[in-house]
Amino acid sequence: MFKALLTIIQRDLLVAFRRRAELMNPILFYAIVVTLFPLGVSPDKNFLSQLAPGVVWVAALLAALISMESIFRQDFDDGSIEQLYLSQHPPMVLIFGKVVAHWLITGLPMLIVIPVMALLLFIPNQAIPTLFITILLGTPILSLIGAIGVALTAGLRGGGVLLWLLVLPLYIPVLIFASGAVSASIDGLATSGHLAMLGVGLILALILAPLAISASLKISMS
Amino acid sequence: MWSFFHKLSSPKYYYEWSGKWIPWLGGITILLTALGVYWGLVIAPTDYQQGESYRIIFIHVPAAWMSMFIYMVMAVAGFIALVWKTKISEIVVSECAVIGAVFTALALITGMLWGKPTWGTYWQWDARLTSELILLFLYLGVISIHSAIEDPRIAARAASVLAIVGIINIPIIHYSVTWWNSLHQPNMELVSESPSMHPSMLIPLLIMAIAFKVYFGWLLFIRVRNEIISRERSTNWVKKLILAS
Repeated sequence: MFKALLTIIQRDLLVAFRRRAELMNPILFYAIVVTLFPLGVSPDKNFLSQLAPGVVWVAALLAALISMESIFRQDFDDGSIEQLYLSQHPPMVLIFGKVVAHWLITGLPMLIVIPVMALLLFIPNQAIPTLFITILLGTPILSLIGAIGVALTAGLRGGGVLLWLLVLPLYIPVLIFASGAVSASIDGLATSGHLAMLGVGLILALILAPLAISASLKISMS
Repeated sequence: MWSFFHKLSSPKYYYEWSGKWIPWLGGITILLTALGVYWGLVIAPTDYQQGESYRIIFIHVPAAWMSMFIYMVMAVAGFIALVWKTKISEIVVSECAVIGAVFTALALITGMLWGKPTWGTYWQWDARLTSELILLFLYLGVISIHSAIEDPRIAARAASVLAIVGIINIPIIHYSVTWWNSLHQPNMELVSESPSMHPSMLIPLLIMAIAFKVYFGWLLFIRVRNEIISRERSTNWVKKLILAS
């Protein structure tokens, strides 16, 4: 079973690296969204650094969602997902492998781009480690919850807008705790409370989301 | 008792059974609403802080309670729909979503109307208001996934999954919003929404709350019956029923 999980992850990573150009898309999207804020609001340094934790994480939510759509789309259309359900291994585990692979491709690069953008928004250096931890804890939750939404809308034509409507309200706790942790560390306050809540969220999502994802995919296939 | 639930999952039996309840529920709703509205708007004393404007709570608070109660009903029905795949519970999920969204919107709108004279603003990013707004988004999500999928049975199951995911998230969202608010904003000197109330105000409020609950049951039965008739229109018992009337 564990071997099957690893095979799925390996296979998805391989498919992704065959189409390298697409790997850059979420990162570019993220950079552009963040760039819009100083242009739209104000380039003032103090104001921006106050706004930054929110901007960094709102943009991360949007980037996570925009990259989510590709997680099952192709495999769903060509029937690979159905094959997973026919295999001897529990589909929940295999689907979880797909989510892990997808997070490695789209979530992990955020570790590079978010701190760079954070500097452009004048987040003080002391907050950067906290920012790293929130990305590590937060983006897997985004992938797991987002995958539920993608699984529910996989069978639909034009499920894109619907996906946003379904998933964004569920992202709100991640936004609150992640940006809260960054704000707190900018102000020099303790961040352990926020980070602990993010950790709890991650554990809950790891346990419960695969159940919901595999059930939703099954419904979408019927 | 199990055999009763078993029978209830048959559309025909449910139709006949709920038909007997409808006049009773309707009668109780009208009586209690009339009593509650009269008591609340005429008999109950004027609030010494908020004046007459507080009287909107007789609609607002029951509507807010209903918005959460209906989500729970919807999630339980969704669980039953996913596990036992009964047609009635599938219909209940989609009908609850519509009724619940309306109650949530009602709670928000009445809250805003009350907020203007009391707080001096229609909207505050207060924890309770914000989580009620998010609840409305969750309802709209359930409604839109249900209407996006054509096959009503698949649509109901997808909506059920979303409703269950939502019910796990509601407490998390609620507490995170509460925490967010307490961290980001100084305590606002707002009049608490439910101060310890004098019985002369509490009794009409409770009457209205019960009236709203019965009204929900009444509305749900009527809507589920309509949906049954439209889905089962090709079966013999519906044809007989329509020819007989």
